[in-house]
Amino acid sequence: MGAFIVRRALSCVVLLFAISVLTFLIFFAFPNSDPALRLAGRTATATQIAAVRHTWGFDKPLYVQYVRLMGKVLDGSVISYTQQQNVEAVIVQDLQPTVSLAIGAGIIWFFFGVVFGLLSAVRAGRWLDRALTIFSMMGVSTPVFWLGAIVSFYLGFKAGIFPNGDYVSITTSPIQWAYHMILPWFTLSVLFIGVYSRVLRSTILDMVNDDFVRTARAKGLSERQVMIRHVLRNSLIPIISLWGLDFASVIGGGAILTESVFNLHGVGQYAADSIQNLDVPPVLVITMFGAFFVVLLGAVMDVVHAALDPRVRLSS
Amino acid sequence: MATPPIRAELEFAVESISRPDAELPAGTGPYKLAWRRLRRNYVALAFGALFLLIVIMCLLAPVYSADIAHVGPDVQNITEVLHYGGKATDVVGLTGIPTGPTWHSQFFLGADTSGRDLAVRLLYGGRNSLEIGAVATLITMILATVLGTVAGYFRGPVDGLLTRFFELLWAYPALLLGIALGVSLQVGGLSLGLFTLQAGSLMVPAVIIGVVYIPYVGKPIRAQVVTLREREFIDAARQQGLGPVRIMVGEILPNLASTIIVFVPLILANSILLEAGLSYLGAGVQAPSPSWGTMISDGIRLIPAAIHLTLVPGIMLVLAVLGINVFGDGVRDALDPRSQVRVGR
Repeated sequence: MGAFIVRRALSCVVLLFAISVLTFLIFFAFPNSDPALRLAGRTATATQIAAVRHTWGFDKPLYVQYVRLMGKVLDGSVISYTQQQNVEAVIVQDLQPTVSLAIGAGIIWFFFGVVFGLLSAVRAGRWLDRALTIFSMMGVSTPVFWLGAIVSFYLGFKAGIFPNGDYVSITTSPIQWAYHMILPWFTLSVLFIGVYSRVLRSTILDMVNDDFVRTARAKGLSERQVMIRHVLRNSLIPIISLWGLDFASVIGGGAILTESVFNLHGVGQYAADSIQNLDVPPVLVITMFGAFFVVLLGAVMDVVHAALDPRVRLSS
Repeated sequence: MATPPIRAELEFAVESISRPDAELPAGTGPYKLAWRRLRRNYVALAFGALFLLIVIMCLLAPVYSADIAHVGPDVQNITEVLHYGGKATDVVGLTGIPTGPTWHSQFFLGADTSGRDLAVRLLYGGRNSLEIGAVATLITMILATVLGTVAGYFRGPVDGLLTRFFELLWAYPALLLGIALGVSLQVGGLSLGLFTLQAGSLMVPAVIIGVVYIPYVGKPIRAQVVTLREREFIDAARQQGLGPVRIMVGEILPNLASTIIVFVPLILANSILLEAGLSYLGAGVQAPSPSWGTMISDGIRLIPAAIHLTLVPGIMLVLAVLGINVFGDGVRDALDPRSQVRVGR
């Protein structure tokens, strides 16, 4: 187990380094324009551009630029150009809505994904399966920001059942917090519920003919016990690793569309607002941290997976 | 000891051969069988037809624009007044609120804030969205197939490098990677040696989306090639003296065909959705080019005053993507021999 963790940690470090290099290249080397001009934003003066060129070292070779960038990112001194704010301070402040959104939605989509997938598999081919299939197909075919805009118009603005966007801190009022988060949670969950229930349905249907299921039936267990204790438990393994990755990507800025359509002032919305102003530093930092977070949580999930299943740690 | 699994396999094979397609002559090819199964799946066919209908409508955009609406996609009519049913309506009201659907030839689905005909823009926007989706899918499928096959066939350091590359792209949340590329390429475009992209061109989002989805297809293709290369027929080809390129193109590629076919609708649907997301954030299609994503984005800014600007392009987008997804699901069921057994239960 120790060897597995060391191996996984090493490959993780390599990947993190590669991510930082690729992110650097995306913003500094690929574009066919002066990076100082882009970093300084749309309304920069000549002196500002010169200052940007000097602080980021655009007159120096690429590896010097990379080292400078990483130095700034790691000691938290990246400054946005439109508002002159410390980017990492804003991100830390914006994490609360993002984490609130991710945790609530993560619980909802996991629960409904598993329930719908199980019902769909048990009733395969019947009308309930068809109805759930239609629902999940609609879920994976609807852009999340459009759905968010539509539900907040009809349920929030028109019917007045839910608040019209905005975030209330959980420390201010837990009830208002949950009330404001209900629509964003469900909107973000719809896509994932669709994906998870489909994946779980097909995993279960592949598994019901396996030998261990036959053994369980032969032992005389009831159909319910066979499904819940044997089939579902084993089918959940891919779902749980999928969940870990999706959850990480939602916290790492993946919920950018949901956040900005509901005006939640989270990390994703910070990125969205920065794009509108072509303010590059926040987008750069959020992209890098987002990918870092996905890699780190992915590694943690792998270790957990290996602890549960000895085949994993021996094969890789 | 080895008898039971082989028996089970045989039983399964006999079962699946003898049941659904027993009346067919022996030696019917797998694609012919798949086509027979797909032909019986009316739901999938209906949704495929829906998508085809949307494509045809969008291709006919110039005809609609010239002969029915009599207005181009970028023509602004801010001051025009419409007279329908004895009532005069401003195309764009004094408060800047555009008219909703008139259900007549002009402004059939209403106007946007600049007084442009929404139906005309919807069709032209659809052309852009579908074009970006198609180009992106082509890029993803070609690059992922080539890279995945090369990695899986050669193994060793080439495989190590390409697998790391897949892992690297895969670590980014798809939307964030798209945004990063979109923002950085928006101003100057891209120039990598011979390959240049003009800033603001429709090909910028298409290339970005095409690159973002490479690992999602490349990883499974590589995994399949890794097992294929150990099979006897590949050994036989090597013994005959065929080179690696001939083997990859002539022997391995045909065996990947069903995987590739299953991925095409999936990637197409997701490319269209990603284009919409990027355009909504301002990192995709740039004004004044319409696309379903930019139209929804413009519409959302006018909620609650003019909900039709959000509803119209959104519903069109959902219908198109739903059509692809349901049809793609049917194709996958048809190509997967076990699916027959599944549905029968």
